[in-house]
Amino acid sequence: MPHDHHDHGHEHDHLSPSGHPYQPDQDHPLTKWQAMEIAMRELLVEKGILTREEITQTVEAMDRRSPADGAKVVARAWVDPDYKARLLADGSAAINEMGFHADAMKLVVLENTADVHNVVVCTLCSCYPRNLLGLPPDWYKQRAYRSRVVKTPRAVLSEFGLTLPDTTQVRVHDSTADMRYLILPARPEGTADMDETALAALINRDSMIGVAQASAPE
Amino acid sequence: MGGQPAGDIDFDQHNFALWEKRVDALLVLTSGKGYFTVDGLRRVLEDMGEEAFETMTYYERWVQSVNQNMLEAGAYSLEELSTKMAEVTARGETYGDCAGGGE
Repeated sequence: MPHDHHDHGHEHDHLSPSGHPYQPDQDHPLTKWQAMEIAMRELLVEKGILTREEITQTVEAMDRRSPADGAKVVARAWVDPDYKARLLADGSAAINEMGFHADAMKLVVLENTADVHNVVVCTLCSCYPRNLLGLPPDWYKQRAYRSRVVKTPRAVLSEFGLTLPDTTQVRVHDSTADMRYLILPARPEGTADMDETALAALINRDSMIGVAQASAPE
Repeated sequence: MGGQPAGDIDFDQHNFALWEKRVDALLVLTSGKGYFTVDGLRRVLEDMGEEAFETMTYYERWVQSVNQNMLEAGAYSLEELSTKMAEVTARGETYGDCAGGGE
């Protein structure tokens, strides 16, 4: 990322020296907390604790991760019953098979069916299976979702547009720092002829958190 | 906060700003190197009290917690931090102006 910031003569046109618009965070007055981030980052580099490359690579890796990764895992489980069994038995090991890594975290995969619907929250903060879904959406981190989903899950799910029949049991799972949940949504009707790639396109982020179902095929 | 009364869910999504991603990266890297654990991160967040959850954004709380944990781990001193923050702030007006020294 270019950081030639000496060209102050052009700052009023909101373009960086490379001709790209600054992100909004770049042209608001510096906050105390942003100054703290810059200072901490530079000190850690100066002290030899971190390198600039490590930091850049970590940010880039974060940008590359997306719910498409989790969707590949779910699609595989839909087409391969043996993989599904392994995934439900040991999520961390099963995602490793597909080249994804749970790191030190234990990944628990829960299957949604017509009888049982699982939904995930982190009441403590924002624990989330980032290695498979990328960074969590803002609502997942908000007080409103975290407070209410544990108490009135059906009402919260209906705000997401998901109304479940009374015959479906709803289970809410609270993540911890060391354990993350991935929901294995039910495979939609009418998808028997679809291959893994086509199926993966039906698997949206929210269905892997448990606030939605997988999309119906077109 | 599980079970506490709360308002409607706000479905707006903001793009993560570069500084927020960097805070996240600093957490991942420093905790990965064993300077502190997620429990250490949580402890400082809890110590901030409920008001911080109303007045500060998510990554504002996180940067404060990572910094506190790194200070406690002896990675740098409070004096080094304040000197560096003053130097950073003096570079210009915006994040773009001030963030250049690290890259």
